Amino acid sequence: MTELATTTPSRAVRRVPGRGRTPWSVAVVVVALLVAAPVLAVLVDVTRGSAPAWPRDLDRMVVTTLLLMLGVGVGTLVVGAGLAWLVTAYRFVGRDTMVWLLVLPLAMPAYILGFVFLSTFDEAGPVQGAVRAVLGDGAGLSVRSLPGCVVVMSLTLYPYVYLLARAAFVEQGPRTRDAARTLGAGRARTFFRVLLPLARPSLAAGLALVMMEVLTDFATVQYFGVRTVSVGVYSVWRGTYDFGSAVQLASLVLLFALAVLAGERMMRGRARFTQPGRGAPSDAVTLAGWRGGLALAACLLTLAAGFFVPVGRLAGWGVQRFASDGTASIDARFGEYLVNSVVVASLAAVVCCSLAVLIGHAVKLGGGRVVRGFAGLTTFGYAVPGAVVGIGTLLFFAAVDDLVEALGVPGGTGLLVTGSVAGILYAYAVRFLGPAYQAVDASFAKVSPSMTQSALALGAPPRRVLTRVHLPLVRPGIAVALVLVAVDAVKELPVVLLLRPFGFTTVSVWVYQLAAENFWSLAALPALLIVLLALVPVVLLFRQVRAVDEGARRGS
Amino acid sequence: MTPLGRPAVRLLGVTKTYGAVPAVDAVDLDVLDGELVTVIGPSGCGKSTVLRLIAGLERPDTGAIVLAGHEVAGPAGFVPPERRRVGLVFQDHALFPHLTVARNVAFGLDRLERGRRDARVREVLGLVRLGDLAGRYPHELSGGEQQRVALARALAPEPTVVLLDEPFSSLDETLRAQVRAELVGVLRETGTTAVLVTHDQTEALSVGDRVVVMRAGRVEQTGTPQEVFERPASRFVASFMGDADFLPAHVHPERGGALLTCEIGIVSTLPGWGGTDADVEVVLRPHEVALTAGADHATAGAGVVTDVEYHGAFVLHTVRLTSGRTLRSWQPHAVRHPVGAPVTASVVPGLTPTLLRGDRAVTSPADVAGPADGDAAPRGRSTLRS
Repeated sequence: MTELATTTPSRAVRRVPGRGRTPWSVAVVVVALLVAAPVLAVLVDVTRGSAPAWPRDLDRMVVTTLLLMLGVGVGTLVVGAGLAWLVTAYRFVGRDTMVWLLVLPLAMPAYILGFVFLSTFDEAGPVQGAVRAVLGDGAGLSVRSLPGCVVVMSLTLYPYVYLLARAAFVEQGPRTRDAARTLGAGRARTFFRVLLPLARPSLAAGLALVMMEVLTDFATVQYFGVRTVSVGVYSVWRGTYDFGSAVQLASLVLLFALAVLAGERMMRGRARFTQPGRGAPSDAVTLAGWRGGLALAACLLTLAAGFFVPVGRLAGWGVQRFASDGTASIDARFGEYLVNSVVVASLAAVVCCSLAVLIGHAVKLGGGRVVRGFAGLTTFGYAVPGAVVGIGTLLFFAAVDDLVEALGVPGGTGLLVTGSVAGILYAYAVRFLGPAYQAVDASFAKVSPSMTQSALALGAPPRRVLTRVHLPLVRPGIAVALVLVAVDAVKELPVVLLLRPFGFTTVSVWVYQLAAENFWSLAALPALLIVLLALVPVVLLFRQVRAVDEGARRGS
Repeated sequence: MTPLGRPAVRLLGVTKTYGAVPAVDAVDLDVLDGELVTVIGPSGCGKSTVLRLIAGLERPDTGAIVLAGHEVAGPAGFVPPERRRVGLVFQDHALFPHLTVARNVAFGLDRLERGRRDARVREVLGLVRLGDLAGRYPHELSGGEQQRVALARALAPEPTVVLLDEPFSSLDETLRAQVRAELVGVLRETGTTAVLVTHDQTEALSVGDRVVVMRAGRVEQTGTPQEVFERPASRFVASFMGDADFLPAHVHPERGGALLTCEIGIVSTLPGWGGTDADVEVVLRPHEVALTAGADHATAGAGVVTDVEYHGAFVLHTVRLTSGRTLRSWQPHAVRHPVGAPVTASVVPGLTPTLLRGDRAVTSPADVAGPADGDAAPRGRSTLRS
């Protein structure tokens, strides 16, 4: 071709959304700043803070945190990536069910599995009892330890790694694998030398999610007497109300979180290896006889340990108490706590969804990179550990209080005092806006820019475009977002523990308190309720995993 | 409505830059009331941006846009799309999937009271002959029907101008001509002012009252389809709007005028060019080149057939001349000169040739008086199909 072709600019500028509307764009910026406020508050406070009053056992806390992260990282990697490989590369009886069922432990919060585990395996539990009955009174083995905690957390968190590893294995498609095999690599060598390295970015992403959950938790770890930095934040704040120290520790947690993110980047490197061309592993090996049975057993064992046995034990306690006490077994306070949970969760869901819709709408109206950047910023709260969000929220509220007082309102907003429901809601919004926006945004993605622009050109101002076009079209996403946030909010423990006002108890807090005092059978019923609720989003996930799997098996 | 003949749409020195690249660069454009203007150019030439600027989806960096006598963008301010009264028709139709056909069409009529709104919906659906599908949902319609609904929806609020962004490219080949004829028929019937962006040369020429050819953000030529095709203003327009080859040519002074000759012989006389003696280039379209079998290297136009493309009714021959330059020629389908055959090319009689000096067309001796601006070297075959 002649110079005519080369002077033609690329067509990158086409099909861009319009030029955005100031009020809506500003709203996105404000939301993003509000979401970032707790983290910013922690950072600002630390940089201008006085000499840190670190707790004496700080070094041990840091080491414990590192060991816990390392242990859970290895555990989830082995279990998650291993199972993902098993169901991708092999066919065996029950494999098609296991593919999606293996996600199930996501419905089991660690603080519930934790106390069931303790009740079963601790010195007073039935397992050690049975062992003693056989071997006589030897030295009991305490599972209230770091390894016990690692086991419990690995069992509840491995699905993150499993999901991402499996997606990576499926996406690589048969081609890479076939290429490696034709080049003479054996099955094992192909896995370790080609497929596992190729899945590295996905594994890194999965591990990062796991690490964030580990950093967020300061309830489960306390059952096991594992003092992580997050526990430090909690005990310093709730124990002494020493704000300065709590902030110092929270900033340390934040440092850990940043290290995790940096680690993820590093592990991913410059690699963006996703090879298109998904398809069934054409060489998926059928495992027959005892080998198939072994594969199935590995899946079932994981599921049993992570979900079915604990649920069975909870149900057993519940039935047992009901049989002995009748309706009196249901604590009168249960109703009150349930209402608290439902109200807070509903409010959080509505707030998060409204904000998510607002952001999605503003992005659809356009405004370019700035608006999209701030919209992305609103989702990062999910990656901030609960302790940081909690302490940051307190700091932010204190700053607002000071400001209001400075403006001449005596007593300020009165929101701070020692935590408030408003604080819990705010922290929830920060933490759960991410998943809410992702769900809503998935629906918004189906609304083409031309549809929004047509509506505008037909004389509809942005507000009418929202109510008449965008809202009806993103309803499915809103429904998913409401469910996700509500369930997450009911399950959520660290933020409530940290921020709840005196006398305000939710179901999750109640379970934790009962379990912490070894009233396991009392905790069974509310714990079951939480697991049941948590099943709802997991079932949504089932459908997704199954669809991908069926698509993959049909393809190629 | 604007009185006939006044521009319904007017762009005055409009520039829009994305980053460092001007997508639209100092564009002036008038669209008269009731006129259908097509805007054509290669990908990324800024044609869609022009549409988005008129619609108010983009704000110009400089310049002004006037719709029906009111400035909607410029120094005085900026009117958002919802207050501009423009109709938009997109390639993907962009119908609201959750609304029926009737409610899609009624979307822009919310300021009318119910009775008049229903009447208007029936009226425009009648125009596009979809009255009986009013209760259907968009996904229950064929692609062509969806496009007609999109037009009906855009027409319903009686906009100043309807803007169509490659409205037919999503339709398959067989459907396209029919839907295009129907839509253009409706636009003409209603006397609607319209701007249609396309990358299809045939479409631009056959549909538009006027054609605007754009390149790299600038308007290269504006004119009737005949003007744009027969008297292209530049090398780019000549090669973009149809196939064209370029040969060096010379204007000889002759008694009572001038004579234009090139490698394949006499092209034509040039009345009014009396006494001119200048080097130029001549634009030759394949239908303007005649071929006869056999070649004598002593005569002008001797060459060898290097390629034969059978197109059905016509056969496109590519000929390499003695100089090494190539020319293309349409021949009736009964005429076949096999590859390798010697042929003699000549210019069909009665041609009014387009002459180039540098990259611009020249129309009078005054244009060739000075030295050629830019590179006058022949470029041979220079075609761009988008």
